Amino acid sequence: MSENKSKYLIDGPTSKWEVVIGLEVHAQISSNSKLFSGSSTTFGAEPNSQVSLVDSAFPGMLPVINEFCVKQAVKTGLGLNAKINSYSVFDRKNYFYADLPQGYQISQFKNPIVGEGVVTLDLPSGSKKVGIERLHLEQDAGKSIHDLDPSNTFVDLNRSGIALMEIVSKPDLRSPEEVKAYVKKLRSIMRYLGTCDGNMQEGSLRADVNVSVRKEGDKNLGTRCEVKNVNSIKFMEMAINYEAKRQVELLESGKSINQETRLFDTKKNETRSMRSKEDAHDYRYFPDPDLLPLNLDKDLIEKIKNELPELPDQKKERFIKDYSLSSYESNVLVSEKEVAAYFEEVIKTADKKLATNWIIGDLFATINEKNISISESPIKVKEMASLINSISSGLISGRAAKEVFEIMKNTGGDPVKIIEEKGLKQKSDPKELELIVTKIIEENKDKVNQYKAGKEKLFGFFVGQTMKVSGGTANPQLVNDILKKKLK
Amino acid sequence: MSDLTNNSLTELVDLIKKKEIKSEEVTNAYIDNIKKGKKLNSYITETLDLALSNAKKFDLKPNFDGLLSGIPLAVKDLYCTNGVRTTAGSKMLENFIPNYESTVTSNLWSEGAFLLGKLNCDEYAMGSSNETSFFGNVINPIKENTVPGGSSGGSASALAANLTPATIGTDTGGSIRQPASFTGTVGLKPTYGLCSRWGIVAFASSLDQAGPMTKTVSDCALMLEAMSGFDPKDSTSIDKKKEHYSKKLSKNIKGLKIGIPKEYRVDGMPNVIEELWEKGKKILKEEGAEIIDISLPHTEYALPTYYIVAPAEASSNLARYDGVKYGYRSSKGSNLIEMYENTRSEGFGDEVKRRILIGTYVLSSGYYDAYYLKAQKVRQLIKNDFDKAFVKVDAILTPSTPSSAFKIGEKKDDPISMYLNDIFTVPTNLAGIPAISIPAGHDQNNLPLGLQLIGKPLGEQTLLNLSLSMESKINIKHNITKWWEK
Repeated sequence: MSENKSKYLIDGPTSKWEVVIGLEVHAQISSNSKLFSGSSTTFGAEPNSQVSLVDSAFPGMLPVINEFCVKQAVKTGLGLNAKINSYSVFDRKNYFYADLPQGYQISQFKNPIVGEGVVTLDLPSGSKKVGIERLHLEQDAGKSIHDLDPSNTFVDLNRSGIALMEIVSKPDLRSPEEVKAYVKKLRSIMRYLGTCDGNMQEGSLRADVNVSVRKEGDKNLGTRCEVKNVNSIKFMEMAINYEAKRQVELLESGKSINQETRLFDTKKNETRSMRSKEDAHDYRYFPDPDLLPLNLDKDLIEKIKNELPELPDQKKERFIKDYSLSSYESNVLVSEKEVAAYFEEVIKTADKKLATNWIIGDLFATINEKNISISESPIKVKEMASLINSISSGLISGRAAKEVFEIMKNTGGDPVKIIEEKGLKQKSDPKELELIVTKIIEENKDKVNQYKAGKEKLFGFFVGQTMKVSGGTANPQLVNDILKKKLK
Repeated sequence: MSDLTNNSLTELVDLIKKKEIKSEEVTNAYIDNIKKGKKLNSYITETLDLALSNAKKFDLKPNFDGLLSGIPLAVKDLYCTNGVRTTAGSKMLENFIPNYESTVTSNLWSEGAFLLGKLNCDEYAMGSSNETSFFGNVINPIKENTVPGGSSGGSASALAANLTPATIGTDTGGSIRQPASFTGTVGLKPTYGLCSRWGIVAFASSLDQAGPMTKTVSDCALMLEAMSGFDPKDSTSIDKKKEHYSKKLSKNIKGLKIGIPKEYRVDGMPNVIEELWEKGKKILKEEGAEIIDISLPHTEYALPTYYIVAPAEASSNLARYDGVKYGYRSSKGSNLIEMYENTRSEGFGDEVKRRILIGTYVLSSGYYDAYYLKAQKVRQLIKNDFDKAFVKVDAILTPSTPSSAFKIGEKKDDPISMYLNDIFTVPTNLAGIPAISIPAGHDQNNLPLGLQLIGKPLGEQTLLNLSLSMESKINIKHNITKWWEK
């Protein structure tokens, strides 16, 4: 990649500053039951209705690992091109909080289930590889609700014990745009795998963002600050922008950065100190004696590997190769599994090029406008293919197709019927079109003379008139041919 | 009519199965003793009415298929019992009533037994004299003013005084075997993972193990058979077929090799214990076993290792008692942190606090490697010692404790001297292997002393057979005067 073309640098009075970012993404595993108990994980249930004796840490209760969650983590690790550790250990991370019933979180500290991996980002400037440091399994805490009562805090333990994957990147990211691309890519991979739904509104995906700055060209890392628990891509970008500027200002004014944990205030768009390094918790990690180390069978890992679905990167390459798409087109189409599937269904019966343009163009615009997913699109695969085929076969013009699409997007329906009802069928009978053209030439003798005298721009006028009279249904290619002949 | 409670558990089961006595008679006999035995303070909670109604229910429609048909049993108050208060000997759980039943007690009930009451113990099983219980200390029926040992002190006392026909304790560093030794009863700590820990208030998860406490070795086999078994709810439970210890029980120990570890001959050990050990060797030899001198070179590090590992795990296991969800909550404090501090300051006793502090310290960053990690390494060495020894021998014979029962209050304010009580028992917990203490004699003050047999992993049957053989030769009688009834 061309390093300088898209470099995100912050200009200070004395220097340009590079921003170095690493992410700890917390991804909720798609699983019907929790990591160490059989409780349900359905989002939005009545508070404290999905809590077992284990989740609420009653005396004598013991955790039992959910094998499905382990497989999900392995799957994700393989999707991140990472090393799967056949031996991993669950540790206790000890701290007191009202929504942490055990007084410790079961996590993985020294021996995570997944080791180093790599994720490839497609950026406007080209592709970039981002290193994955590790992925480990851990349980979520409950939720403290402070705003229901002025003097009491309420605790909802529905989330307590839900399985999370913490995916730690190397400090390889250099701009908010890269962070955005990274999170989207992670989400895409996990959605392809079915290991995390990536739903940020429901808290299924959130991140701790580590930010530091250094003078351009500097090899050493600066002191970092960790912005905790940011739950949308937009907020991540905002937090990084704010935090990078804050750090540059401090350094430029001769001060130093305190290594600390900060909070991002979404209302004020600023980060605030939460606790300094000195006040950092001592979590007293130690192996959880209630759980045996996790020993993964090589055959199991191999089996999961063989069952992996086609992932975005592979699909992209295939689209480029098989469908002659550009890298950009292919990238857009594979970013979501459902979009790629939609595209592939459409092109089973319709033209690839047209399908690409219509999906990336009009269909995406519609989906974004309505804020829906492609599976909720009012235009189903069959109808989309039918519309495209109407264009390819010359039944309607591209212009008429736009009109049909407008109707389909609002009311749905079969494009062929709409074409008939609205009389949008393209006129391709040369005799019929010749009659129209002859009439227009007769009615505009002066313009014909001007054209013949060399004012060739007027050709467009005759085309426009013909289309107008035909109600937009005239076959443009035919109109061109007839006009050229008649105006000679 | 002779006192039914003088029978062993095995005898009672036989009498009931032969329809010579009714469960109600048995139950009433124990209820009578319990009512007269309050001075011992061995019970925290009595469920006498419940027991009687269960006995009547049994007699009405008896099912003789169980190993423990129609038998009332009291259990250590560390086992969660559905609908019956479970305190762990702590103010923290003074009013805690679980709505679930521990796997081990469930196993007993499905063999036909039913609950008689919950027995006193050291707070969260932390203690060697039953003096740390919030519900007061327990007295050894052998001698007034003497401790019954701990932490299963209530269990040992109730058993020795015939306030329950048998019982179950838990053993983290000797909590079954030391009180058994102090009260002249049989106590077995099984292989780690043989009995489920599900539903037992946790002290130190990697060491805790449930086990039987009985009057005879046969009773011990019966109880172990009833309570043990694989439990998918406990990830450390051993997945194996249930053993029929009582059926396979045999006095034939010919050809078994018994190791005598020289490291268990500690400085200052009374002569009487040395003599007892010799007597044990002699009996085993006479019964056809071979005595072999062995070495367990890391024995001296077992106690310090134990007092790092156990408090470390305890400090984390006891974090859940924070006043938020159940149990004691202080009314003082104006925010969450103050509520935590007051709740835990008021709800825990001194020994529990001491161990939480030690555990927190050894896990702290900067100390973890020097203490916890080092202790884990030493623990492995201790385990290796046993592994090596068991290549040569089938079991190991040692004294159970370095002394007999001491006076109440004698060691209460001297934790080091108190901790030294566990010197012979902790190595097996660290190694996860089984060990049994059987009554072997008395000291000059007529206080009971026990011998300990240590076995290979899952070597319970061998231990029980050796114990049975020794029991038949030792044949001691404890002179219990029932002074507490006066």
